[in-house]
Amino acid sequence: MPIEPFTILTSRTVVLPGANIDTDQIIPARFLTTTTRAGLGEHLFADWRYLPDGTPRSDFVLNRPEAHGCRILVAGGNFGCGSSREHAPWALADYGFRAVISTELADIFRSNCLKNGLLPVIVDEPTSAWLIEHPGAQVTLDVLAGTLTLPRGAAVPFALEAFARHCLLRGLDELDYLLERRNEIEAFERRA
Amino acid sequence: MAGAPQTLFDKVWRAHEVRPESADSPAVLYIDLHLIHEVTSPQAFTVLRERGLSVRRPERTLATMDHSTPTLTAQVFGGAPIALEAARRQVRELEANCAEFGVELLGLTHSERGIVHIIGPELGLTQPGKTIVCGDSHTSTHGAVGALAFGIGTTEVGHVLATQCLLQRKPRTLAVNLSGELRAGVTAKDLILAIIGRLGVSGGTGHVIEYRGDTIRALDMDERMTVCNMSIEAGARAGMIAPDETTYRYLEGRPRAPRGEAWERALEAWRALPTDALARFDREVELDAAAVEPMITYGTNPGMVIPIGGAIPQRCGDAAFSQALAYMGLAPGEPIRDRPVNVVFLGSCTNARLSDLRSAARLLRGRRIAPGLRMLVVPGSQQVKRQAEAEGLDRVFLEAGAEWRESGCSMCLGMNGDVVGRGEYAVSTSNRNFEGRQGSGARTLLASPLTAAACAVRGRVTDPRELM
Repeated sequence: MPIEPFTILTSRTVVLPGANIDTDQIIPARFLTTTTRAGLGEHLFADWRYLPDGTPRSDFVLNRPEAHGCRILVAGGNFGCGSSREHAPWALADYGFRAVISTELADIFRSNCLKNGLLPVIVDEPTSAWLIEHPGAQVTLDVLAGTLTLPRGAAVPFALEAFARHCLLRGLDELDYLLERRNEIEAFERRA
Repeated sequence: MAGAPQTLFDKVWRAHEVRPESADSPAVLYIDLHLIHEVTSPQAFTVLRERGLSVRRPERTLATMDHSTPTLTAQVFGGAPIALEAARRQVRELEANCAEFGVELLGLTHSERGIVHIIGPELGLTQPGKTIVCGDSHTSTHGAVGALAFGIGTTEVGHVLATQCLLQRKPRTLAVNLSGELRAGVTAKDLILAIIGRLGVSGGTGHVIEYRGDTIRALDMDERMTVCNMSIEAGARAGMIAPDETTYRYLEGRPRAPRGEAWERALEAWRALPTDALARFDREVELDAAAVEPMITYGTNPGMVIPIGGAIPQRCGDAAFSQALAYMGLAPGEPIRDRPVNVVFLGSCTNARLSDLRSAARLLRGRRIAPGLRMLVVPGSQQVKRQAEAEGLDRVFLEAGAEWRESGCSMCLGMNGDVVGRGEYAVSTSNRNFEGRQGSGARTLLASPLTAAACAVRGRVTDPRELM
């Protein structure tokens, strides 16, 4: 799957402050009956975003006019916990998000984000607290430098392992890397 | 391998490194067994097709259908079409994908079909020392036999189909040391809920847990699977238990376990797997299992759990906590006991094995479920269903007023039409009490099969020991 390379992104943020937002909230199970990746953005956070009759809830952050066009989601700790469904990053990406910032992301969710060009950004508590208190702040994420730049110019480093950075910057598919290891895999199978 | 003492996890990991990790790249990890199902595989097969790739090792891949499949007999075995069009499409697509790519499928009417994490061990495919993955976070269940088993996303399902390998960073290790005997009325479900309560829902993030100690040694395989199943609810990548005589007795003679000389060779290799005496874990946690009470959740994640006789905690200034209680319609300080219950769900990969059904049936025998309450009993596999019927457990459930269904994930995640209504309270033996997990607006209380049965009889949250 070709992935759009990720170098630098400047965007305003949308904030979902609660901790432990699970993938069932990001995309409820009843939408997992699809057999494609496309079109899940309309169901993103469906049970928080819409009333039971399908009308948008005006009090949900994504339904506010200022959320329009924001490509960075700031979330509480342990975002993406629970189910391994890749439909969660598919829905976030299809909606238009390209990065999720939190103090902690669940393991499988984080891995799934990287497969879909969605940048997982782990920041310290003070940075997270500042971002949560300033929804809509315009920030810049620089993948090569590994920095998050806040509106007043302070650059906060975030950890991103070398391999993930390499893949993001070039839009590389990990499957190609694995397919190139064919000889090593065959050698392993003969040994085992 | 000579050298430093190793943990069970270290040994399994090392034996599967096609290429070890480095500063620049993750490890290439070989996968022995890949389980697939209808919900998280279609998009992976699409990638194979688009790229002209085949399934590298079809004989290491097994497919079944469980998540969106119906549990009503007529819809499974004919007489009525699958009610949900989308589920019908997923079932058909998995059938077509397996036929095209040469993958064995235990399809809708197969006698060995069931929840993917129930049938792996049941068939004897789940074995000590194996690496096992599936596009489902409860793959951690298989760690109960001493396998390294974890959930993956659909892109990774594609990676394993195409290369039999995954790119992985090595997780850290966490020992959960358990001592003491579980008290009467306290089950493996209560034990793991207590552990999650202690660790918190992200306490295991980045780690593989090894459950250790005399409490674990005394558990049978079904109970060990219940414990490992919910490792992910503490955020852990996987949960493991060292194999022992209990494990070998469970596996010997199962249809896909090794036989004869191969069994003897396997046993020899398996006996070398347990953690070495002086091996170090990155973290260790102790818990007194003898002090564990029957547990029940009150909130919207599995870490929000209390002893059934306890009161709902107070956490001032925590907005997420208040939101969870508002969703649940509960208030801080009030007891959970005697809260009315509308639905009881006995099922899921956590608690739908034969021993779970027996445990609930023992309490329900000769009793009726409360008027107006709905109870759904969904065996974990078709084999569990047949065994339960051979013992007459189906009669016990039906005579008590419960529904007896075909196997599947069912009301655990409400994908197949089995859902809890908006605002209703469900005591469920499954693994997640997230908002809307069992249906939009549904309120889930997680508990053991024993507690679930007691709640069904009384129609209220009930300590099972009152009815034993």
